[in-house]
Amino acid sequence: MEEINALFNGFAVVLTPYNMILMVVGILLGVIIGVLPGLGGANGVAILLPLTFSMPPTSAIIMLSCLYWGALFGGAITSILFNIPGEPWSVATTFDGHPMAQNGKADEALTTAFTSSFIGALFAVIVITFLAPLVAKFALKFGPAEFFAVQFLTFASFIGMGAGSPFKTIMAMCLGFALAAVGLDTITGQLRMTFDFITLLKGFGFLVAVIGLFGIGEMLSSMEEGLEFKGAHAKLRLDAVLRTWKQLPKYWATSLRSCLIGVWMGITPGGATPASFMSYGLARRFAKEPKTFGKGNPEGIVAPETAAHAAGTAALLPMLTLGIPGSPTAAVLLGGLLIWGLQPGPLLFVEKPDFVWGLIASMYLGNLVGLIVVLTCVPAFAAILRVPFSIVAPVIMVICAVGAYTVNNAIFDVWLMIVFGVMGYVFGKLKYPLAPLVLALVLGDTAESSFRQAMLASQGSLSIFWANPLVTTIMTLGVLMLLWPAISWLRGLLRRQGGSVSA
Amino acid sequence: MSTEQQTDETPLVSNRAMEIATALFFLLASSIVIFDSLKLGVGWKESEGPAAGYFPFYIGVIMALASLIVLFQGVVKRVGAGKTFVTREGFNSVILVLIPLIIYVGTIEYIGIYVASALYIALFMWHFGKYNIFMGLAVGTGVALGLFAMFEIWFLVPLPKGPLEEFFGY
Repeated sequence: MEEINALFNGFAVVLTPYNMILMVVGILLGVIIGVLPGLGGANGVAILLPLTFSMPPTSAIIMLSCLYWGALFGGAITSILFNIPGEPWSVATTFDGHPMAQNGKADEALTTAFTSSFIGALFAVIVITFLAPLVAKFALKFGPAEFFAVQFLTFASFIGMGAGSPFKTIMAMCLGFALAAVGLDTITGQLRMTFDFITLLKGFGFLVAVIGLFGIGEMLSSMEEGLEFKGAHAKLRLDAVLRTWKQLPKYWATSLRSCLIGVWMGITPGGATPASFMSYGLARRFAKEPKTFGKGNPEGIVAPETAAHAAGTAALLPMLTLGIPGSPTAAVLLGGLLIWGLQPGPLLFVEKPDFVWGLIASMYLGNLVGLIVVLTCVPAFAAILRVPFSIVAPVIMVICAVGAYTVNNAIFDVWLMIVFGVMGYVFGKLKYPLAPLVLALVLGDTAESSFRQAMLASQGSLSIFWANPLVTTIMTLGVLMLLWPAISWLRGLLRRQGGSVSA
Repeated sequence: MSTEQQTDETPLVSNRAMEIATALFFLLASSIVIFDSLKLGVGWKESEGPAAGYFPFYIGVIMALASLIVLFQGVVKRVGAGKTFVTREGFNSVILVLIPLIIYVGTIEYIGIYVASALYIALFMWHFGKYNIFMGLAVGTGVALGLFAMFEIWFLVPLPKGPLEEFFGY
């Protein structure tokens, strides 16, 4: 068992006092970020990323990935206690979590949520441990055409599996690609779309875009709604935790189903948010008494939390093995790897085993530490939410501004952050998806250069994308995904002619 | 998040108007991309492969096509009509947050990020939270000092500084 050996080496990397401290710091900051509005996993990592440039990459990724786990845990706290989803993927948790809290069962709801999150993450990490090396080994055979095909599939899946208008997904994605193209073209050395502005030479920093789109954008909509926190008090006593744990095994079927949904949605770029909704919907459909859902059924917490955490964790698998992030936060982490001079992809497993296995080992430990931290510190985190919004809001704005500045030490980026913030606010309201935009911004250069290399190899013929069975399969899947909205539209049209009207 | 809530607040902009405006914004963006790509060349270069404008050109074209469809949906099929994008009250509160934010960023270059942040937090709390200005200054100064310790001392990442920091020898 090669993987087990490698994993133990990874644990040896993680179990130094320095890395353990970073791990706990990451989890704590992550939970706080997950609890606060305006700061989420993606922009939390984006703000802290510049501060980690001086650390060894392994320590940096441990801290930042733990921040991500913490944010995943933190989202559940606000959903259950305050009926405010701190993160989009915890929206489904509010359906049953908040009613449970109102019925005086906040402690059980929280324990259920945290434990389910932990199980989902653990399942996904085990999948990563054994599947990632295989995928990486397989991907070593990939040439530029195959890489472009995988990237094409990733972006096509956004169009095929997105909930909103496929045209808006395409527009958001293309905007990301266009912004990524700004600056120096690495292949020809020509300047693109800089229009003689020196500041644009380096292109648009995706970190700035993430901070603006997710952070400032969300703050603006929160201010419009005049957000106020009113919530249940929370205390977690050990007996409540134990009592809940005794109850949980009877939801094993939901749990397993949610794990599978989550891992699948995480590896394909569906992401944690649709995974949580899908898992909640299926749990209700398969339940013996679907009517109890929405009124405080613990199963309604198990399903979305397990799936969200499994998806969030599994999103790192394609990031590490193929260089394709499965979620916006994974995209920011990927950007980090590039900045640290690590090229994500199959070679990473060969060239930097310490880094890869250290990261995977830290996922096991990080989630365990995270579970303990959230179970013991809930009252402290809930207290953060009692700080009035008029104090929290300007502090978050300042943190975002500082974060945007430190990306390139440029005031220009802070202005850019505000522009992206307004964009994020408008896009959010009109349901333009932000994830494909961010992903295109991060992956734009890589996708373009694999496309151009493939074209160079084939002397300009697109047939290279159908040259062998492997690339043909991936490309065909991609085209299918791309056409999926059109197919389902046609099916809907036919069905409507048949008489029944349904979505 | 909820754009459809029916309240007695005055609607200011409809979703349809914003859909059209955003589609026009995207059209503008795609025409910039297409224009620049054409200038760089969108064809094939010997031994270099696709020219620098090749990839962005098609991105621009796809973006323009999708924007035209969304524009069509807004103008002709009246998608989003009758839904409120923002009420007058909502717009006012967004502008009231946005303008101080712009002023804050504008002052960073002159008085440094720490002083600007402290003042921004203090005034924000005083104006929106109805706090005593001294309370606001206390919180603002605390946050600024925390940031200072973290960036200048702990992580050694220099942030923009102004006359006050200079006075203290930084």
